[in-house]
Amino acid sequence: MRIRQMSLTENRLHPTVGKSRKLRRNTMNELNRRNFLLRTGTGLSAAWITANWPALLSAAKHAHNAAKAATPPKFEFFTPEEAAEVEAITARIVPTDDTPGAREAGVVYFIDRSLATFAVDDQKTYREGLPDLQSRAKEMLPDTSKFSGLTTEQQDAVLHSFDENTPTTRRAFRARPGAQNFFETLRQHTIAGFLIDPDYGGNHDGVGWKVIGREREHMFQPPFGYYDKDYPGWQPLAKEADKK
Amino acid sequence: MTVDQPHYKTSDEVDFAIIGSGAAGGILAKELSTNGFRVVVLEQGPYLTEADFTHNEIEILALDKLTNHPKLQPNTFRKTPDEKAKPQRALVYGRCVGGTSVHFTANFWRFHEIDFIERSKVGPVAGSGLMDWPIKYADLEPYYTKVEWEIGVSGLAGASPFDPPRSKPYPMPPLPVKSSGVIFERAARKLGWHPFPAPMAINSQARAGRSACVNCGFCLGFGCEVGAKSSSLATAIRMAERTGRCEIRPNSYVHRIETDVNGRATGAIYFDEKRNTHLQKAKAVVVCANGAETPRLLLLSASKRFPNGLANSSGLVGKYLMLNSYTDVLALFEHPLNDYKGYTDSRVLHDFYELDPQKTGFYGGGGLDARFDFTPITFAMGGYPVSGSPSGLPPDTPRWGRGFKNALSHNFTRTMKIACHGTSLPMETNSFSLDPELKDAWGLPALRMTYKNHPDDLKLEAWQRDRALEILEAAGAQKKWHGEIEDDSFAFHLLGTCRMGNDPKTSVINADHRAHDVRNLFLCDGSSLVTSGRGQPTMTIEALAFRAADRITALAKRGEISA
Repeated sequence: MRIRQMSLTENRLHPTVGKSRKLRRNTMNELNRRNFLLRTGTGLSAAWITANWPALLSAAKHAHNAAKAATPPKFEFFTPEEAAEVEAITARIVPTDDTPGAREAGVVYFIDRSLATFAVDDQKTYREGLPDLQSRAKEMLPDTSKFSGLTTEQQDAVLHSFDENTPTTRRAFRARPGAQNFFETLRQHTIAGFLIDPDYGGNHDGVGWKVIGREREHMFQPPFGYYDKDYPGWQPLAKEADKK
Repeated sequence: MTVDQPHYKTSDEVDFAIIGSGAAGGILAKELSTNGFRVVVLEQGPYLTEADFTHNEIEILALDKLTNHPKLQPNTFRKTPDEKAKPQRALVYGRCVGGTSVHFTANFWRFHEIDFIERSKVGPVAGSGLMDWPIKYADLEPYYTKVEWEIGVSGLAGASPFDPPRSKPYPMPPLPVKSSGVIFERAARKLGWHPFPAPMAINSQARAGRSACVNCGFCLGFGCEVGAKSSSLATAIRMAERTGRCEIRPNSYVHRIETDVNGRATGAIYFDEKRNTHLQKAKAVVVCANGAETPRLLLLSASKRFPNGLANSSGLVGKYLMLNSYTDVLALFEHPLNDYKGYTDSRVLHDFYELDPQKTGFYGGGGLDARFDFTPITFAMGGYPVSGSPSGLPPDTPRWGRGFKNALSHNFTRTMKIACHGTSLPMETNSFSLDPELKDAWGLPALRMTYKNHPDDLKLEAWQRDRALEILEAAGAQKKWHGEIEDDSFAFHLLGTCRMGNDPKTSVINADHRAHDVRNLFLCDGSSLVTSGRGQPTMTIEALAFRAADRITALAKRGEISA
């Protein structure tokens, strides 16, 4: 029940993460906003992108503000009930523990905005997949009406039912037919929304990058890591350098 | 960028129409316009610049912003010529001004002497069409030097005992070493081998009006926002524009080379952005459209006089496709490498460049590099450079949930890769051709790729993989893993499909890059390569382009092109 209680409002505040780094983010956002070109379905032409530029711009702004806002904005594609379900799933894919998860990264807003604007090809996958998820949940646990109402252990059990027949080679971001596709699509969207460069409308406050240890700078100086920090510089091999 | 360009009318017969603006096309545009010729470059993709490049992984993974788009330009694939090819994305190449050089890794190894004379040195290799080049390393050496100084390569001359002779050192020192490079260097030396700083077409210092690399970490697959990567876009194209004689015409998709009754090329027919058709008239045509699109364009240009496709009297246009053998091994280390910072790879090993077939039991050779070529999303779920390529996580990692998150958070900074690059033997059955059914978004026959590795290529992969495992073992990796060795079904390096040679029966172009069959048609790109080299072809493609420009200029000045 914990997940249901927490969803969608409380976590928009998540005051504990991401306060330390304001960076040059405002500048970067201004620079990069026009480059927000998320797409999670199949094919697009350059002409399409140009024609949809204003929508894309507003998508970037919206996703960013959505993740920032204390009061959740309206969803574009999901109903509030659907959003609660999707968020509950994303929170099992990248759970919240002692570090932030998909919930804190605002992944559900990233997915919603994507589906509402330029990932329309994936709408069907979600429209068909969500009821399928509910019926799986009901089949396994007849007393429940909502996935998000289950305990996390129960939720995991339902989601593991998708594990079978998961294709071994996956085409990232390309829609595939079949009901099995729903969980895999959502898995990919969740990862993308959790780890994308925060300037592009997901990974709110860079929490995903904090989790994986990626610093949010635009440039780096050596030494980069543990093994190159004491590197003395290139030394030619003694004597046998002409070995061939 | 484009303010100083002339705007030639399509009816205005320019000296050269160059098709493609990538590694070869950019350099030919620069050289020919510098030499006083009037040049139009027809590029199918858009004209993007540094301001358009981002760190947005979705643009790269799902939108193909910089590359050929699988929906607009679908293709088919089959292993052998007796199969019916099925629609399946089989290749990626740069589709914007600058071509593939915009998003490449920028590994700039020269070919060695052996690469030009393998056939005469080792004799025939069963099942392959191995052939000597009509030129030798010494013929290209001055042009390799030109690439290093005029385009910009960082490296350390003399650091590899296996390097071929060179007339000049590199113009810039190597880029800073990465943790993966230090691990690799120490372990390989322990084993008695000779790792050296990777030669990279990336500025290690500010030079020629371009920034030094800022180690942003979004390199392979991405356009460089600071212009430090020595792409054609950041270098040759801009030099060409500054001559005032070169027009770069983007969004111009050439689909036919027009010929007259005398069998001479008269210009290039292309679709503009609105799909209107134009004929750009030219005294000569230079095709630099890459090892897939160059043969496709010749096949699309069939006519009464050239029924099997233009310049195809040998029947070899599109054949002898080589992809370079490739495999890699991943490893996890105790401490953070933070290899996500910086460019892709900092140390290379050429001890296995020339292997002895008597000892190994196969023909081939290669090179290894220490790298990290993931970005956060691809590390977590795979996807680039091949859709469906493995992630950076060990195969026993849970696909979601706490175990997935834990592995992600622990491993991202502690993982590296050893990439094993090598020869692929030329086989006539491996090819690009026109699919008889599938069409692209413009209604033109789609590319059909036919490819099955020569058995020796796969043996080489396994052999080099074992060396990589030894290095990682000697380095004290906590965990090592790799995929299966299997036939390639996806192409990055597009080589050999209009091979160079002296005999018109066994090659498509001569040593001047002139088509044997058409006096004023020249081809220069990966398709010109006779052998595959050891896995890093772009340096050689660019050296060939500099050389081709000299040859073409000499022919033109002697009046031997228009005559």
